[in-house]
Amino acid sequence: MSKDLSVPPEIPKEDGRPKWDNKFQYILSCIGFAVGLGNVWRFPYLCQIHGGGAFLIPYFIALLFEGIPLLHLELALGQCLRKGSIGAWNTISPYLGGVGVGSWMVSVLVSLYYNTVLTWVMWYFINSFQEPLPWSVCPLNENRTGLNEECYESTAVNYFWYRKTLNITPDVTESGTLQWWLILCLATCWAIVYLCTIRGIETTGKAIYVTAIFPYLVLTVFLIHGLTLPGATDGLAYLFTPNLNTLKNPRVWLDAATQIFFSLSLAFGGLIAFSSYNPPKNDCEKDAVTVAVVNSMTSLYASIPVFSVLGFKATTGYWDCLDRNIINIINEFDLPEESIMRQNYTAWINFLNSSYPEKIAGLKLKSCDFQEFLDQSVSGTGLAFITFTQAIILMPGSQAWAILFFIMLFSLGLSSMFGNIEGVFTPLLELQSISKSIPKELLSGIICLICFLIALCFTLGSGSYWIDIFDSYAGSLPLLVIAFFEVIGVAYVYKIKRFSKDVKWMTGRKPNLYWQITWRFISPLLLLIVFVAFVTLQIQKPPSYTAWNPKYVCSQIFSKLLIKARVVYFSPLPDPLKSLISTAYLHNAA
Amino acid sequence: FIAFSTNKGILISNVLLCNVTDRVSFWFVVTDSSKNVTTVPGSEVEAAIRLNRNRINSAFLLSDKTLQFLKITSTLSPPVEPSTPVWLIVFGVVLCLIVAGIVFLVVAGIQQRKKNKESTERENLEEKGEETVTVENGIPCEALDLKAGHINGVFAADDERFTSL
Repeated sequence: MSKDLSVPPEIPKEDGRPKWDNKFQYILSCIGFAVGLGNVWRFPYLCQIHGGGAFLIPYFIALLFEGIPLLHLELALGQCLRKGSIGAWNTISPYLGGVGVGSWMVSVLVSLYYNTVLTWVMWYFINSFQEPLPWSVCPLNENRTGLNEECYESTAVNYFWYRKTLNITPDVTESGTLQWWLILCLATCWAIVYLCTIRGIETTGKAIYVTAIFPYLVLTVFLIHGLTLPGATDGLAYLFTPNLNTLKNPRVWLDAATQIFFSLSLAFGGLIAFSSYNPPKNDCEKDAVTVAVVNSMTSLYASIPVFSVLGFKATTGYWDCLDRNIINIINEFDLPEESIMRQNYTAWINFLNSSYPEKIAGLKLKSCDFQEFLDQSVSGTGLAFITFTQAIILMPGSQAWAILFFIMLFSLGLSSMFGNIEGVFTPLLELQSISKSIPKELLSGIICLICFLIALCFTLGSGSYWIDIFDSYAGSLPLLVIAFFEVIGVAYVYKIKRFSKDVKWMTGRKPNLYWQITWRFISPLLLLIVFVAFVTLQIQKPPSYTAWNPKYVCSQIFSKLLIKARVVYFSPLPDPLKSLISTAYLHNAA
Repeated sequence: FIAFSTNKGILISNVLLCNVTDRVSFWFVVTDSSKNVTTVPGSEVEAAIRLNRNRINSAFLLSDKTLQFLKITSTLSPPVEPSTPVWLIVFGVVLCLIVAGIVFLVVAGIQQRKKNKESTERENLEEKGEETVTVENGIPCEALDLKAGHINGVFAADDERFTSL
């Protein structure tokens, strides 16, 4: 009996389930979901602080033993059971239904705050049409004799981010007021998400062609431009120079494992939802490997322009520091113009220090160390909204670069939002009570509206602190737990033999030894180790967050945050949003 | 210029330069010819310079940054601001596009649903009227004994997948 008879073409439509227009749409959706903001602002940072090229070793090991097996597992699960996360896990075993519900909850929580980050991106985008860019100049103070004090003490870029955008309160306990401009942008972002997910994958499938491909174009443009900037090669050399000693630090391995895990967007239920719309006979093994490899390659590809620009920024900062010192010295000693240039600066300084040490000391010159400028490592929102925007001001044609950059960030985030929303939408559609009574458009509208209303709390003055908390506690540890139970559930409850048979039916070949070993032993073990390591690391220090307090400029504030209820000490990970505000904070000069 | 600005009939010869350096910087003092050998108070000179700074700058083709008068800070001009902030305009454009898109999709969806309902109603009427012979793989369905069919091995295997614990 040939297999052709058993799957007549009507079957995918018989159960009324929507399907992808073509395979490319499906792969692109998975890639768009996996490739997100973290690939741009988290991976380069990790490379930088963990010994450059050497970080790639633990990264690829984690990809091989944790990322790809889990990805294959989720895609195969969704494709085989043809249900969203809740339905799929209930089918595997009624006792494991909680895993599906957990995935669904995480998708809801992450959707809430992820779109607020996109709100910030949109705000910067619509402000990029001005000449000069609003974050390049400090506003004047009241009597117009000087610049606004808060801005002057820090930098114009910091001021625009903390005051003009977030209007941040000094403390998470002070809520502040709702910022109307952020509410407008939030409404727009949710409207865009609604527009694209209005009919589920029918509409996201069309939108993904743009949102998944466009970032690659912009990254290429930035790559070409970035490499032409002065100082780019210094930045790249700094990034990629391998320092194999860092591999002795277990923290590096931990960061690699978590980066792979969160980068691939596992355990959200979104991947299960996507693959559930596939025809059952689809090679999910090849898909999983493709998506994982493309995701990692994108991270590498994105780190090149990011670090060229950071190298450029460090170089200009260093030059500015030198120039300022030179002016001070020339003024003090009344030397002719251009007697001291950047090249002979050190020679002059040594000469002047030996002949007039008191005068030099009186000038209070800042020591300009190029390495120090390069060492300022930032990740997360700090990278995008502070460091990068500062670098963009220095480029000619800054409006165009700013617009391109923020559209790219927006599309990266939007394609990930599609996956999140699908993870929420699909299980709800499968509840018979809901799907019979209301049309799809209304359901997605209700989801977007409710999320918008809840996310309004992130537009308060203290909103960004709350997003930090959400990102640390909702988007990290729960995912590890869910993924652990996913692997255990499939490997030991559903039994690998059965699962292998299903995969063989779908792909036409039995999963080989690599899959058997990783599914059964290596991945659960790795997840357990990562989970335990995290908890241990976080228990060692009390939870804290960085705050911006204008009354304490030039110092960092760490406050203890008493987080009520469950997850007090289960603290977080260096997540995609954790920004080292302090570096930008302290660094007045550049 | 300085002589001109103070409006006191001070001649150019009353402006004395001293301490000229390589740096193109100098100290200068303004004396008042009517009161011999006394210097015009610094505050008056400062006020005069503040008033005419623009003219002084343009005479030398310099700006406030390149021609500095120590201890006289310049009053900064505010940046040009259009009546409606630019970002609101861009925001308005983006929002209009999105709302148009949503309305279009919703209306298209409603129309699609109406069309589907009409066509299914038409199909139901047709089925009652005619007796069509449905064909499966070239064999008329009546010939296939659908109820007493033999078990298809592949589907049977599928059923086993969902056995409960």
